[in-house]
Amino acid sequence: MASTSKGLFGSSLARKYWMAATGLFLCSFLVGHLLGNLQLFVTGEEGKLAFNEYGHFMTTFPVVKILSYVTYISILLHTVDGIMLARQNRAARPVKYLKENQAANASWASRKMALLGILTLFFIVVHMKSFWYEMHWGALEKDANGNKDLWTLTVTAFEQWWYTAFYVLALTGLAFHLSHGAQSAFQTLGINHPKYTPFISKTMVAFAWLIPAGFIAVAVFLFVVQPGQSL
Amino acid sequence: MALDSKIPAGPLGEKWTKHKGEIPLVSPANKRLIDVIVVGTGLAGSSAAASLAEMGYNVKAFCFQDSPRRAHSIAAQGGINAAKNYQNDGDSVYRLFYDTIKGGDYRSREANVHRLAEVSRNIIDQCVAQGVPFARDYGGLLDNRSFGGVQVSRTFYAKGQTGQQLLLGAYSALNRQIAKGRVKMYARHEMQELVVVGGKARGIIAKNLVTGELERHSAHAILLCTGGYGNVFFLSTNAMGSNVTAAWKAHRKGAYMANPCFTQIHPTCIPVSGENQSKLTLMSESLRNDGRIWVPAKKEDAEAIRAGKLHPNDIAEENRDYYLERRYPAFGNLVPRDVASRAAKERCDAGYGVNKTGEAVYLDFAAAIVRYGKEEALVKGVNNPSDTDIKALGEKVVEAKYGNLFQMYEKITASNPYKEPMMIYPAVHYTMGGLWVDYNLMTSIPGCFALGEANFSDHGANRLGASALMQGLADGYFVAPYTVGEFLSKDIRTGAISTDSPEFEEAEKAVRERTDKFINNNGTKSVDFFHKRLGKIMWTEVGMARNEKGLKQAIADIQALREEFYADVRVLGSANGMNPELDKAGRVADLIELGELMAKDALQRNESCGGHFREEYQSEEGEALRDDKNFAFVSAWEFTGVPAEAKLHKEELTFENVELKTRSYK
Amino acid sequence: MDLTLKIWRQAGPEAKGELKTYPISGVEEDMSFLEMLDYLNEQLIDQGIEPVVFDHDCREGICGMCSLFINGEAHGPGRKITTCQLHMREFKSGDTIYIEPFRAKAFPIIKDLMVDRSAFDRIQRAGGFISVNTSGNTIDANAIPVPKENADRAFDAATCIGCGACVATCKNSSAMLFASAKISQFSLLPQGQPEAKERVLNMVHQMDLEGFGNCTNTGACEVECPKGISLENIARMNRDYLFASFSSNK
Repeated sequence: MASTSKGLFGSSLARKYWMAATGLFLCSFLVGHLLGNLQLFVTGEEGKLAFNEYGHFMTTFPVVKILSYVTYISILLHTVDGIMLARQNRAARPVKYLKENQAANASWASRKMALLGILTLFFIVVHMKSFWYEMHWGALEKDANGNKDLWTLTVTAFEQWWYTAFYVLALTGLAFHLSHGAQSAFQTLGINHPKYTPFISKTMVAFAWLIPAGFIAVAVFLFVVQPGQSL
Repeated sequence: MALDSKIPAGPLGEKWTKHKGEIPLVSPANKRLIDVIVVGTGLAGSSAAASLAEMGYNVKAFCFQDSPRRAHSIAAQGGINAAKNYQNDGDSVYRLFYDTIKGGDYRSREANVHRLAEVSRNIIDQCVAQGVPFARDYGGLLDNRSFGGVQVSRTFYAKGQTGQQLLLGAYSALNRQIAKGRVKMYARHEMQELVVVGGKARGIIAKNLVTGELERHSAHAILLCTGGYGNVFFLSTNAMGSNVTAAWKAHRKGAYMANPCFTQIHPTCIPVSGENQSKLTLMSESLRNDGRIWVPAKKEDAEAIRAGKLHPNDIAEENRDYYLERRYPAFGNLVPRDVASRAAKERCDAGYGVNKTGEAVYLDFAAAIVRYGKEEALVKGVNNPSDTDIKALGEKVVEAKYGNLFQMYEKITASNPYKEPMMIYPAVHYTMGGLWVDYNLMTSIPGCFALGEANFSDHGANRLGASALMQGLADGYFVAPYTVGEFLSKDIRTGAISTDSPEFEEAEKAVRERTDKFINNNGTKSVDFFHKRLGKIMWTEVGMARNEKGLKQAIADIQALREEFYADVRVLGSANGMNPELDKAGRVADLIELGELMAKDALQRNESCGGHFREEYQSEEGEALRDDKNFAFVSAWEFTGVPAEAKLHKEELTFENVELKTRSYK
Repeated sequence: MDLTLKIWRQAGPEAKGELKTYPISGVEEDMSFLEMLDYLNEQLIDQGIEPVVFDHDCREGICGMCSLFINGEAHGPGRKITTCQLHMREFKSGDTIYIEPFRAKAFPIIKDLMVDRSAFDRIQRAGGFISVNTSGNTIDANAIPVPKENADRAFDAATCIGCGACVATCKNSSAMLFASAKISQFSLLPQGQPEAKERVLNMVHQMDLEGFGNCTNTGACEVECPKGISLENIARMNRDYLFASFSSNK
C-alpha cells in the first residue's frame, strides 16, 4: 500500500496535494452554490420564476457545464484519494494503542476527517438524487416561463421536518469537515508564512462555519416559512 | 615495552605539517583492500568513520545505541573552541594551545595540544560547510562566547545544543558514506572483545544486542572512539549506557591505560535529590558567563535556608559570599572547572551549602537580568523603565541565550531560575585519562587506535570547557585519517583477515564464558546494586578530594566488591535476544576493575594537579600543589592479570615552549 | 506514592504481547519517570521476574533514545519534554498509568517497550546531508553570511532529536514532522541549496517506502514534540517538494 513513486503522482505528498486542490476547488463551488440558494429567500411567484430561470441557466450554459464536470471529477478524486489515504493511514499502525488520549493534542474535527467526509459523501448522494437527478432526468413540470420547476421540488422537500433535519445535520458535519480541511489545504500546498498564516487560518475557519450556516439558514427558512403552501 | 610517543622533531608549530607530509600514503587501489573498524559513533567515531570511508578504506562502524546519532557527544551543551579570532580579542593558535596546556595543569603533551589548536580552525569551516547551524549575529556572521579558564571569546555554539548539532553534522557525513556503501553500520552492537593476531589488533567480537548473537569482525586497524568512563561513579553526567568495556578489553589485551585518575568534576550540575537518582544533569558552563555563584556569608543564614525558613532572595547583598569572585578576582566566576568545583566543595564542607543535603551552592542570574534589562531598555528607547520593565526585558535576553537550559532546570527541579537562583553542585562529567596513545593516536597495541575522550592525550589533568567537542572532531576528521596511514601503509599486502583463526575462536569463547557465568550465576543482587556501591566508594574516596588512607581503603573495598559481584550478581533472562541487564553486568564488571586502577593511579600520584586533588598536597590557602620535579609524567599502566598488579610506565613530559608555572587565576 | 502500572510486555518481535499490571509503592515525587521504572525493575528482579525493557540513554532529554506512550500520550503528559524529563510529581498517589511502546508499522517492537526506529536513519541516509568532503579545506566559515533569522530557524528545525514521538502521536503514524525538520534545516541554509531538490524528493520517497502514514495536519505532532518543532517545517517541505517535482531535471 505504500506510495512508491516520486513527484506529482503516486507519492504520499502528491496524494495530499490532490486532496487539497480538489478540496479548495469544492470550497469555491460551495460559494457559487450558496449564492444560488440565497435566491430562495425571495418567495412567491416572482422568486419561483427567477429561481427556475437560474436553474435552467446553470444546467445549460457551457462554461457552467464545464465547471460542473470539474466539480464531479473533484468530488470523485477527493473521495477516492481520501479513501486511499485513510487505508494507508490505518495500515501504518496495525496494532492500536490500548489507551490513547488524542483529545490532548488535536481538534476533534482534524481527527475525524474521514468520518466527516463519508457523512458528507452520503449527503451528496442523497442531495443529488433529490435535486440534480430530478432536474436532469426526472419528470419535472414546467413553470410559466417553460423552465423546469426546480423551485417547487426544492421547497416541497424542505417542508418535511426530517429532510430539513438531515440537511442541517449533514451541513453541520460539512462545517466541521471544512473547519479543519479548508485551512489545512493551505498547509498541504506549502502556503505557510508566519505573517499571513494566522490571517489565512482565521479566514478559512470563518468560511468553514459561515458557508454551511448560509445553507442551513436557507433550509430552515424554507421549513419555517413553507413558501410552497402559499402558492 | 618502552613508551615511544613518536613526537616528530622540529619546532612546535611545524611538527604536524611536517609529519603529515611525511606519513606514507596508501594508494586508492590499496585502500580498497584495507578494512577499518570504528567502535563508537560519537563525534570522534562518526567523523573518523566518515573520513576514512571517504578516503577509500572499507569501514565498519559500531554503536550500542539504536542509531549512531545518539552517542553521548550529543549531550554537550555549551560549545566548541576554535582559534579563529573572529572577535578580534587577541586569540591565536598559540593562545589556544597555551590556555589548554595551562588549563590542563601542565600534564599534557605540547605537540598534541598544539596540533589540536591548529586544526581547531578547520573544524569550524568543515562544520559550517556541512550545514551545522551555529549561532550567528545580526550581520550573519558567526557568534562566539567565553568559557572558563580563558580570557577570549573563542567558543562557537548552537544555543545549548552544540554537541547535538555537531554530532548531527558528523552523522550526516557518516550517512553519506553509508548510503554509498562505503561504511557498513552496525547499530545496537557492542564490542565485547578485542582480537589480537600476531601482536596486532585485527578484529573485534561484537554482540548484536537485539539477537544476543556474537559476531566476529576482522580489520587491519581498530579505532576505539568509545568515550569516557565517568559512569564508574554511578552518578555522573554520562549517558546510562556509557561504559569502559571497549577500552578496558583493549587494556587487558595490552593497551596501556594512561592517567586513569584524572577525572573532571564539573562545577555546575543539578544537585543530587534522592537515593533513586540514576544520573546527574549538567548545566552548561556557558551559564557562568552571566551567572554569579554564591553562598550565604553567615552560617546561620545557610542553616535557615536548609531548614526552609529563609529564601535566598531575602539575603541582602552584603550577606552573600561570591566566593569565586572573592578568591579569584582575575577570572571570577570563569575559573577552570576543577578550581570552581573544589571551591564549591570547600564552602559546602565548611557548612555553607544551601539545599537539604547541604551540598549545593547558588548560581544567580538576578544581576545579569538587570544588566541586560537596562541595555535592552536603552536599545529599545524605553524611557524611565520601572524595575519590573527592566526585569522583564532582561529575562527576555537571558531566555534567548539560555532558554532551553533554564527550561531543563525547571523541568527537573520544579523551581523557576528566572525568579530564584539555581542550585548547583559539582558532578562527574569527563575523564581526561584514557588509553595511552602516541602522536599518531595509536595505543600500545599496534593497529589499535584511540580517539576522542577514550584516549588521554590532550587535556592533561583538567579539560577546559568546549574543548572536548574540539578534540573529538579534531581526532576524527583531521588527525586519525592521516596518522593511520603510517600503520596501514605496511599492510597493503596483508589481504583480508580471516575470522577463523584460533585468536578469534579464543576471544569469542572468552565472551561466551563470561556471558554464561552471569546468566547461570543465580545470585541475589541486581547489577545496579553493585554499580551503586562502586559509585559510592569512588565518589567518597576517589572523587573531588583524595588522600592516601582513603585511596588504600577504596582499593580494598573495590576488591571485596568485585568478589561479591561475581559471587552474588543476579542476571535474569537468557543470552539469546535482547537482555539489557546482561549487557549492564558486563559493563559494570569492567568498571569495577577500572575503579581499582583509578584508585591505584591516584595513590601513586603524590601531588595535586587539575582534577586530581590530594589533600596532603595543598597550599595554606587550599590551592593545589603540583610537583613538577617528580610528577611531570604520564602514568601509563600495563595490565598484568589483575588491576592490583598493574605495572606503571612513565612517559616524561617535556615542556620546551611553555614555562611551567603555578596555575593562578587570581 | 502508590501507583498501578499497566505495562506492555512482549518477549520478542514476533511474540504476542499483553498488558501486565504491576502495583508499585514508595515512588517519590523527585524521581524521573525512567527512575520509577528502574525502581520497578529492581523489585521485579528481586521477585525473579525479568525486568521491563525500555530504551533510554542520556536521561537529559537530548539523545532521543527514550520513548514510551504514557497514559495515551507520547512521552506522557507535559509539554516539550521527553520521558526521561517527566517527573513523578506530575502524577498522584493512586493513579493508574498505562505504559505502551510507540506504535507504528515502521517502528516494529523489539521487546517490551523497545522499538526499532531505524526507519529514521534510512530517511536521513536518503539525502539528509550536504555532500562536502571532510577535508577541512572548505571555504572559511565566515565567507558566506547567513541571515540570523534563517540561521535561527535552521537551528530550530535541527533541534529534532529523532525520538519518534511525532510518529507515535500521529493518528496516521506519519513521519512528516521528522522528515520536514531534517529537510528544512538544509533548505534554510545557503549550503543546502545545490542538492535541495533531489534531497526533498529522495527523503520523502524513502519516508513513503518505510510505510509511514500521511499527514492530516492535525498538529498533534507539534504539540507532543519534545523540542517543539513547528508545523511550518511541514509546509516548507510540502512547498519544496511541489516545486522540486515541477523543476527537477530527473
